[in-house]
Amino acid sequence: MSIDLSQFYEVFIDESFEGLETMESELLNLSPGDVDSEIINNIFRAAHSIKGGSGTFGFNAIANFTHVIETLLDEIRNGERELAANHVDLMLKSIDCLRNMLRSIQNNDEQESQEANTLRVQFEAILEQKNTTDDSNTSNSDAVATQPESNGVASKQTKIQITNFFEIKFNPESHVFKTGNEPLFIFEDLAEHGELSVEANIKGIPELDNLVADDCYLGWTINLDTTSDEETVKSVFEWVEDDAEIEIKLVAQFEDEIEVESELDEIEASKHEPSLTESSTSVDLASATPATTPESLPTDNSKQNDSATSDPVKAEFRPVQKASTDNKKEPTKQESSSIRVGTDKVDSLINMVGELVITQAMLNELGEDEQIDHAKLLALREGLAQLAHNTRDLQENVMRIRMLPISFVFSRFPRLVRDISQKLDKKVDLVLKGEGTELDKTVMEKISDPMVHLIRNSLDHGLETTPERLAAGKSEAGKVILNAYHQGGNIIIEIIDDGRGLNTEKIRSKAIENGLITEESVLSNQEINELIFKPGFSTADEVSDISGRGVGMDVVKRNINALNGTVEVVSEPNKGSTFTIRLPLTLAILDGQLVKVGNHIYIIPLVSIVESLQIDMSKVNSVGGGMDVLRLRDDYIPILRMHQLFNHPEACQKLQGGLLVVVESDNEKVGLLVDELLAQQQFVIKSLEENYKKVDGISGATILGSGSVSLIIDISSVVKMAGLKRAGHVGLDFDKPLSEAV
Amino acid sequence: MKKILAVDDSASMRQMVGFTLKNAGYDVTEAKDGQEALDVARDAEFDVIISDVNMPNMDGIELVRNLRTLPQFKFTPILMLTTESGTNKKGEGKAAGATGWIVKPFNPEQLLTVIKKVAR
Repeated sequence: MSIDLSQFYEVFIDESFEGLETMESELLNLSPGDVDSEIINNIFRAAHSIKGGSGTFGFNAIANFTHVIETLLDEIRNGERELAANHVDLMLKSIDCLRNMLRSIQNNDEQESQEANTLRVQFEAILEQKNTTDDSNTSNSDAVATQPESNGVASKQTKIQITNFFEIKFNPESHVFKTGNEPLFIFEDLAEHGELSVEANIKGIPELDNLVADDCYLGWTINLDTTSDEETVKSVFEWVEDDAEIEIKLVAQFEDEIEVESELDEIEASKHEPSLTESSTSVDLASATPATTPESLPTDNSKQNDSATSDPVKAEFRPVQKASTDNKKEPTKQESSSIRVGTDKVDSLINMVGELVITQAMLNELGEDEQIDHAKLLALREGLAQLAHNTRDLQENVMRIRMLPISFVFSRFPRLVRDISQKLDKKVDLVLKGEGTELDKTVMEKISDPMVHLIRNSLDHGLETTPERLAAGKSEAGKVILNAYHQGGNIIIEIIDDGRGLNTEKIRSKAIENGLITEESVLSNQEINELIFKPGFSTADEVSDISGRGVGMDVVKRNINALNGTVEVVSEPNKGSTFTIRLPLTLAILDGQLVKVGNHIYIIPLVSIVESLQIDMSKVNSVGGGMDVLRLRDDYIPILRMHQLFNHPEACQKLQGGLLVVVESDNEKVGLLVDELLAQQQFVIKSLEENYKKVDGISGATILGSGSVSLIIDISSVVKMAGLKRAGHVGLDFDKPLSEAV
Repeated sequence: MKKILAVDDSASMRQMVGFTLKNAGYDVTEAKDGQEALDVARDAEFDVIISDVNMPNMDGIELVRNLRTLPQFKFTPILMLTTESGTNKKGEGKAAGATGWIVKPFNPEQLLTVIKKVAR
């Protein structure tokens, strides 16, 4: 039977990536000299699984590479070696290298990794150091054990076939059955090797009163005529050799000359065998001299693998820098297509579908009745209510499947911070909070890059150098806190540093220089800080390796906005800055308010609605450009007429008594004039671009219960459409005329 | 149909072992670590148990030790999945009551050969 192993590759690759993540985060928890055995165990286990899997699925390059890592870890785990800082560095590099190797498997271009070879040599060098000082390491001495001398007869035209007559005494200890071994099976296996006769020795059987039913009292004498050698015969007893007295005696031996034709192939094959890295069930050839080296057989596999790993690395020895440029060839496909879900989530889904089936059966029964009386009608309503409840639960739970804890993103940052802080020579304490906060997988994959950028920024620009910090009376190590939590239907991610804070003076002059604002602009500090998110703005005086990668904060903001999220900054000089990212929990579902404009129904995302009110004409002022504003407490809210924006002449035109939905976008409030407020409910968002094309002011569409299509309003885009925003201008465009008007 | 309990913390290994054995007509139950296996086994019977050694929560050695205390697994063949570097683990496994071992890496055919050896 042949099984196509490639069907398991995806799972293997997924779990290997997870394993590498575990290794990485655990390595970062380690401090040399003070080794927590549980942490080492976790790292070892991850490496061990990767090695086992890669060997099984035929990724020998990975198996061979992880083998040296595992060996080093094993020595550390067993206390044979002290963990040194360079071990951690080397292992971290290996993790990166393994990731690249896995990715190339994903992209179907598995190839020799120069970097892996280079790193492997370094591991071997470390492992060697030990061997010269301490010879007790046995794993390598195994490698020089007996070499099968099977091809001694290869050149001859005839071959000597040897028949061995063995007498085997097999006296298992009384507990042998309790190891799950069965002597009968052993005899059956022996019978496959030749002629067998077995004689039981019943002397050991006690009186019935003293007999313990579970114990073995029998011993056997076995005679076997076989062409197999002693090692092969001994291997049949491999599992019981510690639980029995086994004596194998070669009683007689015959040699026969036999025809060679068919044998030659076998010998040819055997010559190649040692070079195979995959261990095959040993092809045992009748050897010319029946060697009596019983220990060598069980280690046969280790021999092959060790010799494979210690293969001299080819001469193409490239410096590390060169190897790391190979890395840059990042694969195109980064988002994984599969998802691993906790069984509890699946169980609750199955449970819910069960409920749904029950409800369906109930409704079905009601539907079969010819007449519906009042009682039945009540039952029908109850059934429908139950159905609604079930559907909602089911929907929520299906959504939960896509939710993963944000630690999936957070977990990569300790490494990032470590690397960057080393490069910058700054001391940094990274604190992670709220790692269990759950977030949609798609959002998660897309938020990672903006976060990397913000963290880099905090480390490079936010935190001061150690001397600067000490001079400012701060602790030597800077602090960066990543915090995630849920707030309403959103997830909030904060990146907090205790550095020098944003330099408003510098930002201001830079913005004037770049034409974003004019000398005369009067801006609050907060407004100045927000300028860093404007396109074409970069404060770094010189482009550094860390943050100045040509990607500005505007790109960060744009990427976050694309996820229906926002990013804000709050900063205090010398105390630090806080970047706050606000994201919807999922991209697929939206809580919305249905509003009617003319004959059409639109949906306004509930998160952006501040309040809805009836317009009081006494509070409405007209300002320049035909714009009306409503005075609402201390704010002036510009009124946008939805029927104008979306061209519905049949809609109610008057402001008097009209309904205004006050919404907020990018810290600006505007009022949308609508005809009617309808229900609030959840909507499944359908992409307009996929089904039609992008429409200004609309973020997507959904299908209502009536079957008609309703468009979802994109608030920030509507504000733009109405001409309220002008590029480079903070605040709404009518600010000036308004201040004159009032 | 012979019932087999396969225990491994690696999902891909578990799938491979499970698939191979199911294909060969065995009834396979999977568990992701020793603790889960023990919970499953407590109220069940299996003809063969295959377990990895290195696992979180409860490792393979501990699992064997616990299984042997359950009356229904007194004589059941229990095989350990070990690696070539784990020679001392073999001894530990045997001492805990394991029947035998399968050396990693192995291919599906080798797995079936060994299973046939104990499940007849």
